[in-house]
Formats: sequence, C-alpha cells, structure tokens
Amino acid sequence: MALLELRDVTRRFGDFTAVDRVNLSIEAGELFTLLGPSGCGKTTLLRMIAGFDVPDSGQILLDGQDIANTPPEKRPIHTVFQSYALFPHMTVADNVAFPLKMSGKAPAEIKKRVEKALEEVQLSRFAHRFPHELSGGQRQRVAFARGLINRPRLLLMDEPLGALDAKLREDMQRELINLQKEVGITFVFVTHSQDEALALSQRIAVMNQGKVEQIGEPSVIYGYPANRFIADFIGKINLMTAQVTQISDNDMTLEIDQLGTTTLPLKRGVKAGDQGVMAIRPEQVSVHALTRHAELPPAHTGKVLDFLYVGDVTTYIVELDCGIRMEALLANSSPGRARFFEVGDPVIVSWTREAAQFLMD
Amino acid sequence: MKRNNLTLWLAAIPVYAFLYIPLIVVIVYSFNDSRLNAEWVGFTLDWYYKLFNNGEMLLAARNSLIIAITASLLATVLGTMAGLAIHRYRLKVLPVLAFTPIAMPEILLGVSLLLFFLQVLNLTLGMVSTIIAHTTFCIGFVAIIVRARLQGMDDSIFEAARDLGATPWQTFRLITLPLIMPAVAAGALMSFTLSIDDFVITFFTKGVGEPILPIQIYTMIKISVTPEVNAISTLLMLLTLVLIILANRLDAGALRGE
Amino acid sequence: MNRLRLTRWLVSLPPTLFLLLFFVAPSLLMIVTSFRYPGEFGGLAPLSTPEMDLAEGGSGLYGLTLETYRFFFSDILYAEIFLKSFAIATATTLICLVMAYPVAMLIARSTKKYRNLMVLLVVLPFASNFLIRIYAWMIILGPESTFSHLINSILGVLGFEPVMLLFSPFAVLVGTVYVHLPFMILPLYTNLEKHDPVLLDAAQDLGANRWQRFWRVTWPQSLPGVFSGSALVFIPVLGMFAIPDILGGTGDILIGNLIKDQFLGTRDWPFGSTLSIMLTLAVLSVAGLATWFARSRAASGN
Repeated sequence: MALLELRDVTRRFGDFTAVDRVNLSIEAGELFTLLGPSGCGKTTLLRMIAGFDVPDSGQILLDGQDIANTPPEKRPIHTVFQSYALFPHMTVADNVAFPLKMSGKAPAEIKKRVEKALEEVQLSRFAHRFPHELSGGQRQRVAFARGLINRPRLLLMDEPLGALDAKLREDMQRELINLQKEVGITFVFVTHSQDEALALSQRIAVMNQGKVEQIGEPSVIYGYPANRFIADFIGKINLMTAQVTQISDNDMTLEIDQLGTTTLPLKRGVKAGDQGVMAIRPEQVSVHALTRHAELPPAHTGKVLDFLYVGDVTTYIVELDCGIRMEALLANSSPGRARFFEVGDPVIVSWTREAAQFLMD
Repeated sequence: MKRNNLTLWLAAIPVYAFLYIPLIVVIVYSFNDSRLNAEWVGFTLDWYYKLFNNGEMLLAARNSLIIAITASLLATVLGTMAGLAIHRYRLKVLPVLAFTPIAMPEILLGVSLLLFFLQVLNLTLGMVSTIIAHTTFCIGFVAIIVRARLQGMDDSIFEAARDLGATPWQTFRLITLPLIMPAVAAGALMSFTLSIDDFVITFFTKGVGEPILPIQIYTMIKISVTPEVNAISTLLMLLTLVLIILANRLDAGALRGE
Repeated sequence: MNRLRLTRWLVSLPPTLFLLLFFVAPSLLMIVTSFRYPGEFGGLAPLSTPEMDLAEGGSGLYGLTLETYRFFFSDILYAEIFLKSFAIATATTLICLVMAYPVAMLIARSTKKYRNLMVLLVVLPFASNFLIRIYAWMIILGPESTFSHLINSILGVLGFEPVMLLFSPFAVLVGTVYVHLPFMILPLYTNLEKHDPVLLDAAQDLGANRWQRFWRVTWPQSLPGVFSGSALVFIPVLGMFAIPDILGGTGDILIGNLIKDQFLGTRDWPFGSTLSIMLTLAVLSVAGLATWFARSRAASGN
C-alpha cells in the first residue's frame, strides 16, 4: 500500500480552481517532488497534505486512512517552510525539542534526542544560540532537525533550497539525499526549480494549472515529456510547429512549418491531422561545419547566429536557411580550443529520427 | 551636508523650546511661594502640601486610577484580540470599528455615549460609564500596536507550531503570546496614560457624582487658579513621563504607530 | 475545519461586539436623536405621546422631524461658527506644518542613536495632560506674566495700545498649535525617514541648489506624510472645545463649545445631535478629500 495517496483532490477559491482532481500516490521511503510554475497549485496541494487547508472534494489517505479533515497537529506529517519558520524567541535546542514536547515526551528523553539530532546536522555547538544568530544554511539545518526529530511518516518541504546561494545549494542537495538515505523518511518537495527537482528526486509530478501533467522518474520526464508544456518547462528545448499528415504501421509523417516533411517513429495515440510541435533537445542537435560531405540523416544548412559560452559547454543559436532558429548544445571538448564555431560560420544541423518527438498541448 | 544641518538645527531648536518652555514654567511655578503665577518669589513646597490635604483632589486621583486600571485592562484584552484578528484574518469591518474612534474628534464619541448611556441603557453617568468610554477609544490604540508587531513577524511560525503538534491553544500560549507580549504591554501602558489624561470624553460621561482628576483640574482652572494646579500638573507629568519611557523601552515602534 | 472557524469567531467577536455596542449604536442613536424634538425640561420629547400629555398641557411635540436641521440652516450664526472653526483649523494646520517640517527633517537625518531620543522628546510633552498644556499658556499669556509685559512694552515703544494676550483668538491659536504639534511632527518624520538620500545627491549632481532640491525632490515625496499629519491636526481641532473654553474669550465659540452647551447647558439634545452630525459630515469630507488627494498623487506617480 502506498504511504500517501491522493484521490481526486480538488480545491477551489471562488471561481478559480487551484487543484483540479489530482491523483497521485507516494511510496514509503521515496524522494518525491511536486514541480511546476508559480500558481500551478503545488503549494495548495502541499498545504492540504500538511493540514492547513481542506480539499473541497477528494480524499487524502495516509496508510489507507483519510486524513483530509484531521487538524495539522494530529497528523504525523511535518513541514519545513520556505522561511524555515524557526521560533525566534527560543534557542536552537528548544526549537528542535518542540515537537517532542508537544507529543509529551519526558524531559530526560527529550534532552537526549535533541543532542543526537543536533549531532546529525552538525549543529551541536549552536544548541544555545538563537535563530537570528545563525546563517541561512545553519537555520535550514535546524529546521530539518526539528522536522525530523520525532520521525514523522512524511516530511514536506516548500522550496527548501530556494534561499541559499548556488554553492551552498549544491552542498545541501547532497546532504539532503544522504540524510534521507540514513533516516529513511519519505520526503516530498515542492519547487519551481526544475534543476533541483531533477537532481534530488526519485520521482517527479509536474503540475500545471491545478492538474498533474506527468509523473515519472527524472530521466523519463526529461527525455519523454508527455506534452508541450512539460517539454518547455523542463530544460531547454527546440519546438517547431508541426502537423501529422500520415500514419502507417511503424511511422508517422509530419509536416513542419518552414522545415518541410519528416518521418518519425509512430507515437501511440496519434492520428492524422493532429496539430502539435516537433521537439528536440539542444544536446541532441548535431552541428558540423559545412565542409563535410558525408551522408547524414535529414540535414539542414544554416549559419551560426550567436552563442552562449559557459565554460564546459556552448549553446549555439543557429539560423537555418529555411528560416527556423534552433539551439544546439555542444561540449567544448576539443583540448585547447574554446569552442568550435564563431558567429557567421556556415554549418550543417542534424539530428537522429529517434531524438525528435511529436508533442501536443 | 553639514551646512544643511546647521540651518535645520537653527529652525528646529526654537520648536523644541516652544514645546518645553511652557511645561517648565508650570513646573517651576509649582514651587513658587506666591499665589500668582506671575513672578518668582521664593521656593516652597506649600502647594504640594495643600494638594495632599485636598480631599476632593485625592478622591479624584483615586477614581482616575481605578478608571485607568480597569479601562486599560479591558482595552488591552479586547485590543489584543482585535489586533490578532485583524492581522490573521484580514478583516475589513473590525479595523473600521476600532480605528474610527481614534480618528474622529473626541467630542463626538463623548456626546454619543452620553446619549446612549442615558437614553438606551438608563445608566447613571459615573465611573462605569467613564470606564466603558475610555475602553472604547483605547481598543484601537492597542490593536494598532499589536498589529504592527505582528506585521513585522514571519507568519509561518504559527503554522509551523501547529504542524509540529501544537494545538491552537498551545500555539497561542507558547508562541504567539510571548512574541506579542512587548506590544501588549506597551499597549496597556499607552491605554493607561490615555485614560488618566483624558479630558474631553470624560467631561461628558462622568456625570455629577464622583470627581475625576482631569475634570478637577479643569474646574480649578476655570474657577480658582492657584499653584495647586501647577503642583498636580507636575506630578501628573512625572507619572506620564515614567509610563511613556517604559512603553518606549518595551516597543519603540508603539509611539510611531499612530 | 470547524476548529479554524471557531477560533476565528472566538477571537474577533468580543472586540467587535463591544465596539458595535459602544461605538456604532451610540453613533446611530445620535443620528436618530437629531431628528427628534427636545423635551420639556431638556432631554427628548417622546416618540409617541399618550393623550394625557396634551391634556396636561404638554408641548404636543413628538415624533420625528427635520426641525433641528431647519433651525441650523436658518440662522447665519451657525454657519459663521462653522466657518470660524474651519479657519482656526486651517491656520493651526499650516502653522504646525511650518514648525514641524524642520524638526521632522532633523530627526529623519539624525543617526539612529539620537533619533529615538529626539522622537521621545517630541512625544513627551504630548504625554502630559492636555489641560496642563493649555494651563501653561494661561500662565504665559496672562496679563501679569513676564511675557505679556515684554510684548506690551514693545508695543508701547512702537506707539500701540497694550494688548490682552489671553482670552483672545490669538491665545486659542497658540493653544491649538501647541497641543497638536507632535501630531504633525511624527507622521512627517516617519515619511521623511524613508526618503532615499541618493535622490538628493542626484539632484545636486544635476545642478539643483538647496531650495530647488527641497522643493522638487523632498517636498513632493513628503506629501503623504504632510497629508497624514494635516489630517491628524485639522480634524481634532475642528472638534475642539476645551481650548477656546479656557484660553478664548466669550466671543471665541467654536463648534465644539456649541455642542457642549447643547448637551450640558441647555440640554437641547436634538439640536446638539444635529450639530454633531454636521461636524461629523465636515470631518468626513475633509478626510475624504485628503484621501482622494493622496491617492491621485500616488496614481500620478509624482
């Protein structure tokens, strides 16, 4: 049985539907992420799981029991807030001890467990400091220790790494994964940062306008997005308006604006006449200098318009002769050379059949 | 920038002087051995002695104290609730109810309460009516101060407390109350000060029975001006000085909140 | 969910009920009262009268009426008094503004350490009893005081008759300014504190002199503070009665004195209520104007 199951959960605010018949299930021990842009409903969903909001319809089952109407203090679910929400008038130790005090544990036991918890997050030295005396990263660790100390069934995190700078974020990401492995608690993140979601999660649910668009492992979400929105939201992608003109047993033919016709492996459920886009990831686009004459799959010629050099890789913006612009990502792998192409270089752009996907809205 | 400040100082000092010289005059003449507040004759504590032997005045002081303590207690409780409710639930009606009595000229509240007490409640005007009147306009002050304090805080800590197992009552007792306490205390002190000093509203709601301090002073001013007035004024100033400084220590923003 | 609803009612209901009962109800009562007839011996005439009243030679007046309003508008005296009150309120506000501005600027520019102290120094006099502050001016402006003698000797030298400073409109004005000055200083200072000094530097950089910098950069930005402060001074002064009562002469009656007389003197409650309603309308229009003004300024993004 799944640890947490959401069945047809809906929440409306007046005319606006924030969460629209969401179904998902989360297994024990998972690192699960709710990913989506602002306003997609992920935070509302999180609040309903935590107990700060009640769904208008649907069920929230924890270990098979519907907790949709249970008040937050009675749920074995804790939350790490975006601002960490440490109690400013209590010391670090008192903050961490709070959940234990609320569940009525004996003072001696509380003391012992708090010490252990602070050790786990390497903050033993700061036990008697106040939150305002700590740095952002330290406060976050206190928030974690506090959320984990009485081993809740589920730990929810709202944009947990948002407030940290880049270097610290990477460190914390690693720490989080390790912590989770050690402690074995189920984590549910909410974030709008797809980098974080891809790096941290075992499974991601992508949300948009109150609905769950796709649930899957990061590589599946990234490599096989279910629709145009997901493809565009996660990572960079080249999108070209296209229409299906013909279907056969194994292939489908697409008519692509400005580019022409191309044939791709058949995608299930697609029929002739469907409108959508052809999507290709920049790293799947090959760019070669126009001097090579070898036979290549659908090749297109063009010129380098601009590039973005970031050290390890370069993104080239190429304008094809037919008018379409595409982005191509190439590693700067040639020793001693910064990048392969300059602005104005004539190039051949190509990709494999399998790399391209047809997506609808 | 320095030159700029010099002109400002030259313009500002007279204003500060204007604010304080009259008060200093009152204090100084309270020690003046002369019935007239005209020129300095000699030092004396006579007027203070007379004051403490003035039964009417002492009674008035006692009554004012009772009223101030009761009204400020009531106003603090109700005002804190109002401040909390307005902040947390983003109410629209309650702020208007609480803050309008402060914004309107006091005479309007005094007069309408007089009508209300006599006509509807059939209540004889006296201590009770005055306490109610003072509470009414003090609620708004406390609410403003408490709300300001809440606005400066991270709201998610209250949810965090519930999230971690605290019932609403525990959240209030362990998290909310300790954090708003300085504002509540400052509000209580402000209410006390406002009540002790209030003249206009008290004028209408006190009735003819028990004497109340500001009205006593008023009567003395209108009828027979003696430096006893200076003496009681000085004492009152001392009291409010202490209270204001205390309130400022507790919550420096309290005074600016208005 | 019920829990959340319950807490909300528990917390917001007591203050709401208290204020409805002791603020809204009395206000409504006052409105109703302004439409009634005054009673024989003060107070109110009954809303409906039994036959007996007429038989006993009662006034026969009962029910609701517009009499009081007619009376109010019929006598030019009342319009004059309203006008006088507005005049004093305006004069007080302007004088307070001129006096408060330098102080507010000074406080806003001071370092944090002194700022709190300076604000405290402004607030302290305000904290002393209102009557004391008026009484102090009775002493200073009294005919026997040093100050009076000084003024009168100067006037004498210039060839003028000696003047009585006390019990005059001048004294009333001094009183109103003195009592309300802190109300102008504090909102102004709160606003000025938020100004970005960089803007002044930029203006200087572009060639503006001191006066221009003030007039074009500081003043427009400070307008919200000016409005708040002006409202906090104008409105209370409009309803004043104690200051004219103590410092003013017999001719210096303002709206407040009139109202007080109706309720505690002649006991003509309906008329007193009418006057109060008129005062309320005046206050609301001023407040409305100030808010509208402030909003349109904000909208035009000065």
